[in-house]
Amino acid sequence: MIEVKNLTHIYNEGLPHESVALDDVSFRIEDRSFVGVIGHTGSGKSTLLQHLNGLLKPESGTIVIDGVDITDSHTKMLDIRRRVGLVFQYPEYQLFEETVAKDVAFGPTNLGLEQEEIDARVRESIGLVGLDYDCLKDKSPFELSGGQKRRVAIAGVLAMKPDILVLDEPTAGLNPKAHFDILDMVSDIHERENNITIFVSHNMNDIARMSDQVLVIDKGRLAMDGTPSEVFRREEELKAMGLALPDATEIVSRLRKRGMELPADCLTIGQAADAIAAALGK
Amino acid sequence: MIRDITLGQFYPGNSVIHRLDPRVKILATLLYIVALFVVKDFTGFIAAFVLLEAVIVLSKVPRKYIWRGLRPVLIIIFFTIAVNMFMIKGDIIWQLGFLHVTRQGLRTAEFMAVRLILLIIGSTMLTLTTRPIGLTDGIEALLSPFKKIGLPAHELAMMMTIALRFIPTLLEETDKIIKAQQARGADFESGNILRRAKALIPILVPLFISAFRIAQDLAMAMEARCYGGVVKRTRMNAMKFAGRDLIASIIFCVFLAVVVLQRVLL
Repeated sequence: MIEVKNLTHIYNEGLPHESVALDDVSFRIEDRSFVGVIGHTGSGKSTLLQHLNGLLKPESGTIVIDGVDITDSHTKMLDIRRRVGLVFQYPEYQLFEETVAKDVAFGPTNLGLEQEEIDARVRESIGLVGLDYDCLKDKSPFELSGGQKRRVAIAGVLAMKPDILVLDEPTAGLNPKAHFDILDMVSDIHERENNITIFVSHNMNDIARMSDQVLVIDKGRLAMDGTPSEVFRREEELKAMGLALPDATEIVSRLRKRGMELPADCLTIGQAADAIAAALGK
Repeated sequence: MIRDITLGQFYPGNSVIHRLDPRVKILATLLYIVALFVVKDFTGFIAAFVLLEAVIVLSKVPRKYIWRGLRPVLIIIFFTIAVNMFMIKGDIIWQLGFLHVTRQGLRTAEFMAVRLILLIIGSTMLTLTTRPIGLTDGIEALLSPFKKIGLPAHELAMMMTIALRFIPTLLEETDKIIKAQQARGADFESGNILRRAKALIPILVPLFISAFRIAQDLAMAMEARCYGGVVKRTRMNAMKFAGRDLIASIIFCVFLAVVVLQRVLL
């Protein structure tokens, strides 16, 4: 369980371009949840994610993960990094080793594991991201395609076996097929490995389809926190923040405005189609 | 940490100093540095200090910001002080084993430290108050007379513009890569020098690759817009030598005269 209390972060404190990136943010994430984070560019999403594994320290507030306060200066960094795996935006830009296997081994090696354990984890996590270990292990990561590179980069984080996997826009810049492949992979991994998965996306369809809980960040504040249907019902507020609705919710909302009797909580195209068919069948 | 380097970073503002013609500011800074080397005793530094102080006050750049730019070069300053203190021969005033401090050495050390500090702050003030674009435009204008002897002034200036433009981009990139590797448990803060140097590889390799990628994208974008350095290009903001530039030039000439006279007469 993750418990964030009154988290505040200020960038460039004391300088003319000082800015409050996070302002008194509090929320709770239960075990085994899949959490979507949305917000306009520059709303503070990335700042929030970087707090979750101790890369940034808050001005004030606490983050307690399974009873351990990671904002406490006595908590060991390596321990936090082992618990929380953070996959950055465009993670393929962090690849650096000569071979795929060596690159994936970077994280577990830093954790100080035995060589055997490292090899086993490398093999396992390359498999988890849907790549062929024997075929790719000795290749240079720079020879791979964009989608493959991203998978290798994600494998590098998975190899640390984090309890909590955090992904910052995991599908940014990918083609539609790779987009769905990566998301399917993420939800597979969530099913099989992880306690909690947190992901940031600008694609409301993905958020609505995949998450159990949605956090909406606006200008550094937590604007909403609830299930997708609770959040996407608040159309006016979301649009005022410059955020869109999932396609299905948008269609249903427009039909409702035209007087059609439809439920307000359609999130996927399938649900919308069923609801419209039912309404027309009446 | 990495963002603390202010050298080469512009501090937005609209003060008199900010609005001065970049050509005037560049020439003045160059001559200021020369003047610092002409000065031969502390009385000369007083004039240099007063001028710099006036520029800082007029520019409205907070001192904290200037100080942050000086911090990374403190090591060089301390090193200079140490070398001068111990190496110069003269009347020994303190001795420990083979180390001896001389009166002359101490004097030179002080002198060098003051000179270095004035030099760094002086040149930092130029970059703090001038937009990078202004700087390179100024350099191009100042170099253009040498075009006649085949100096590619425009190309040089464009290269400098691009280099300056990419300092913040690459810093940001570095910051991102450092964080990404830290998230994978990388440790850059402990171990001996060899270990720390090795720890830099996971940062440097991705950084070089990013730099090449960015450069390639930029080259493509410039070509797509038909960039060619040879054609006569006009500017959106042409530089104008205004009244305030004349006043600044006069004040600066007075300063130069004071320094030179002080050197010659005293």
